[in-house]
Amino acid sequence: MTGADRWSDETLLQPAWRGVVRMLTHYLPVLIFLFIALLVGVVPLLLGAALGPSKPDSEKLSPYECGFEAFEDARMKFDVRYYLVAILFILFDLEIAFLFPWAVVFDQIGLVGFVAMLIFLGILVIGFIYEWKKGALEWE
Amino acid sequence: MNIQTLQDHFWWPVLWSVLKILVVVVPLLLAVAYLTLAERKVIGYIQVRLGPNRVGIKGSLQPIADAIKLLFKEIIIPSSANRFLFLAAPVLAFVPAMLVWAAIPFGPGMAISNMNAGLLYVLAIAGLGVYGIIVAGWASNSKYAFLGAMRAAAQLVAYEIAMGFALVGVLMVAQTLDLSKIVEAQAGGGFWSWYWLPLFPFFLIYFISGVAETNRAPFDVAEGESEIVAGFHVEYSGMAFALFFLAEYANMIFVSILTAILFLGGWYPPINLPPFTWVPGTAWLIAKTAFLLFVFLWIRATFPRYRYDQIMRLGWKVFIPVTIAWIVVIGIALETPLRVLLR
Repeated sequence: MTGADRWSDETLLQPAWRGVVRMLTHYLPVLIFLFIALLVGVVPLLLGAALGPSKPDSEKLSPYECGFEAFEDARMKFDVRYYLVAILFILFDLEIAFLFPWAVVFDQIGLVGFVAMLIFLGILVIGFIYEWKKGALEWE
Repeated sequence: MNIQTLQDHFWWPVLWSVLKILVVVVPLLLAVAYLTLAERKVIGYIQVRLGPNRVGIKGSLQPIADAIKLLFKEIIIPSSANRFLFLAAPVLAFVPAMLVWAAIPFGPGMAISNMNAGLLYVLAIAGLGVYGIIVAGWASNSKYAFLGAMRAAAQLVAYEIAMGFALVGVLMVAQTLDLSKIVEAQAGGGFWSWYWLPLFPFFLIYFISGVAETNRAPFDVAEGESEIVAGFHVEYSGMAFALFFLAEYANMIFVSILTAILFLGGWYPPINLPPFTWVPGTAWLIAKTAFLLFVFLWIRATFPRYRYDQIMRLGWKVFIPVTIAWIVVIGIALETPLRVLLR
């Protein structure tokens, strides 16, 4: 029996450890992948910094502007609608977080579960219509 | 725990995982490189010109030449930028673009991690990509970059909602978050048993949202070279710029392969008869992904850029109401004898 096979053979383990091992077999590769992805991301930056020229001057390092010097920096006021969109996003994304587990057990919870979610969706749609009528979704 | 068990229960799986990750990442980065060439070639031919054809045979070494050029370019850090965040942003965009691939099955059970919550993992990690863009725009301390980042962030979150609702529809029919099992639920005769047919609105909305999520034309106002020069990465150069590019193209391939898995039957042949069944399943999956990538390029060559208000209107006022309505329709269908049409 090779190492990889023995790892996946859960009967060799104490029952209490099986859940832990199952989680590790699923998410340990993700953790390793995270380190590899960081490496693949950082190494080109270091290589580029090492191999490329480095001759900075004040014009080259100034923020991009078309033909004249920048008037002020970019820490400025911005349109409040971006903020509004962010808040709406949180509401709807939470709703998707609710819908995901509901959708997975749709067959088990039957008609009652479906009607319950319809009521929830109905309330949400009322809110959606309200923000639509209030003009929160307008960009002109 | 003695040395032997430590070796069997820790080092072997780690080594095995590293091997699997390399088998995915190396071809992925190559595919990204050649996707840039394919894009220039396809758009070239659509515009009745040849595209790159000087480096190597018919331009086949162009991506390598591009990579070497970018490697030897100076990485300029603007004097008013926040240095740490400015350099962290490309990595922040690149890492999620790689990590999402951990859950993608290339055949039955052929994934880096056969996790049972694959679709949830994918949605969670893909959602992190927006940080790279917004951090890049903010850290650059340039007006164009800042505007581009704000636009990109608002657009990404709007289409992420439509994408999420489309995924809910798939989940209702498939009854599992496991990507391998979602593909297996589409087994049957052939292309008519895949989810694109009963979930047609979700299929379209998912793919179009995918185009918007990757900031591709006609939804590329975040870059908008004719108005805000290059958007959030205007201040980036050399390898720092290349990382954003890699992330964008890796995300394009990812959206295509996920669409193939969720709606186009993954590794199943279009007709379950020879000679179609002679071709290995992974080849079918790659062929479907390649076709969808071609559609990405085709769309870019065909449609003019949307205005920003049009993009937001499509996302909020068309896609979100349509997906909510179709979730209700699918729910009603599943509660009545019509469910035979879906399963």
